[in-house]
Amino acid sequence: MPPLSRDDTFERVVLPHLDAAYNLARWLMRDPEAAEDVLQEAMVRALTYFASFKGVNPRAWLLQIVRNTAYGSMALNRGMQTVPIAEENDEAGAAELVSGDDDPEAALLRSRESRQVRALIAALPVELRETLVLREFEEFSYKEIAEATQTPIGTVMSRLWRARQLLAQAAAAEGLP
Amino acid sequence: MSENRTPLVPDCEKVLLVQAELDGELDAAQAAALETHRAGCPICQAAQEELLRTRALLRREPYEATPDDVRARVMARLRQVEPQVVWSPASWSRPSRRNWGALWGSGVGFGLGAACAAAIAVLLVLPERNDLVDAVVADHIRALQPGHLEDVVSTDQHTVKPWFDGRIDFAPPVKDFAAEGFPLKGGRLDYLDNRPIAALVYQRDKHIIDLYVWPASGAPTHLTSDTNSHGAIQGYNVAHWTADGMNFWAVSDVERGQLDDFVAMWRKAP
Repeated sequence: MPPLSRDDTFERVVLPHLDAAYNLARWLMRDPEAAEDVLQEAMVRALTYFASFKGVNPRAWLLQIVRNTAYGSMALNRGMQTVPIAEENDEAGAAELVSGDDDPEAALLRSRESRQVRALIAALPVELRETLVLREFEEFSYKEIAEATQTPIGTVMSRLWRARQLLAQAAAAEGLP
Repeated sequence: MSENRTPLVPDCEKVLLVQAELDGELDAAQAAALETHRAGCPICQAAQEELLRTRALLRREPYEATPDDVRARVMARLRQVEPQVVWSPASWSRPSRRNWGALWGSGVGFGLGAACAAAIAVLLVLPERNDLVDAVVADHIRALQPGHLEDVVSTDQHTVKPWFDGRIDFAPPVKDFAAEGFPLKGGRLDYLDNRPIAALVYQRDKHIIDLYVWPASGAPTHLTSDTNSHGAIQGYNVAHWTADGMNFWAVSDVERGQLDDFVAMWRKAP
């Protein structure tokens, strides 16, 4: 590997996007242990291939690696039961939300809503879920989503539409605002 | 749920454009064309309201930081491959693009009908002043991304000012300071403090200054009584004042002193 210049080290270019990688892995795998496995594998791949990274968008590049790793892992584990992201996280999530808020009742209400919303997202088919997560949580442009998911932009748009429609219907059915 | 079975075919082909507008994918001309269509299309109006509701639901979701133990194990694994990889201060340097308390207002862009604005106002509440400061800074950061800076590109205040007519229910004052080294670059519509607002874009050397303007009437109760304040958020300098019944927020990464000069000039100019 050629020596990297001071300004474009892996630490500086890729590691700042660790949270994004972690979140995408969580959303794709739904199970925290499976997500960590994917995250570790993806970060190692990113480190290995970093020398050949010539692009301008390291976050999109990293998330594409996470996505491909996750799909590989899902293919290996096909048929294995996974636990929806919302369930095992109840207590920790509630505590975290309560602690930062002056009004515990409001915070509890929000954390319950939050669990519901996360469960609804987790229940979406994976191709809709990843599109929605990249758009809403990573704020990717349509073009970035198209590149990261290797999908035409028209499909990205219709997947987003379907994801949001399903989410809106499910939220209404659960009485969420 | 399967993608093929869901009977979710939109009844109007333009709803995907409504969605694209909310996702910040339309330019000003496309948005204007859509606005014309939507004015007479109840399907698109309903779609927009539903999309805004769904977004509001998602925008409340916190973005999870990688837990410390997970990050430690990732770093340990990376060092097996490349022993010198360290978690250095540089690894922290990314400005968060996701500040959920703050970003709610910035994605909804221009062309919002009054009904939809009302819908958001109901759904999204700013509980305290800091949220507004964060929202202003977050909007500024988002606006710096390619294609988001200006809806109307003009260095002529007499072009920028009329551009807001009919797009917004007040007439923002527009001034140019090209001679003083702060040329006007253009303007855009944004959404802050539960209402559509005007954003004026200025340039200082290689830096952009966003000046947000909206009427102070119906005073935002979460604002404290000081009418002239400044501070720094995430490395951006922020200045706030009220004058002539308007709220002003200036945000930029120019140096504090330069932003203060800009504000002083703005307040003094006729």
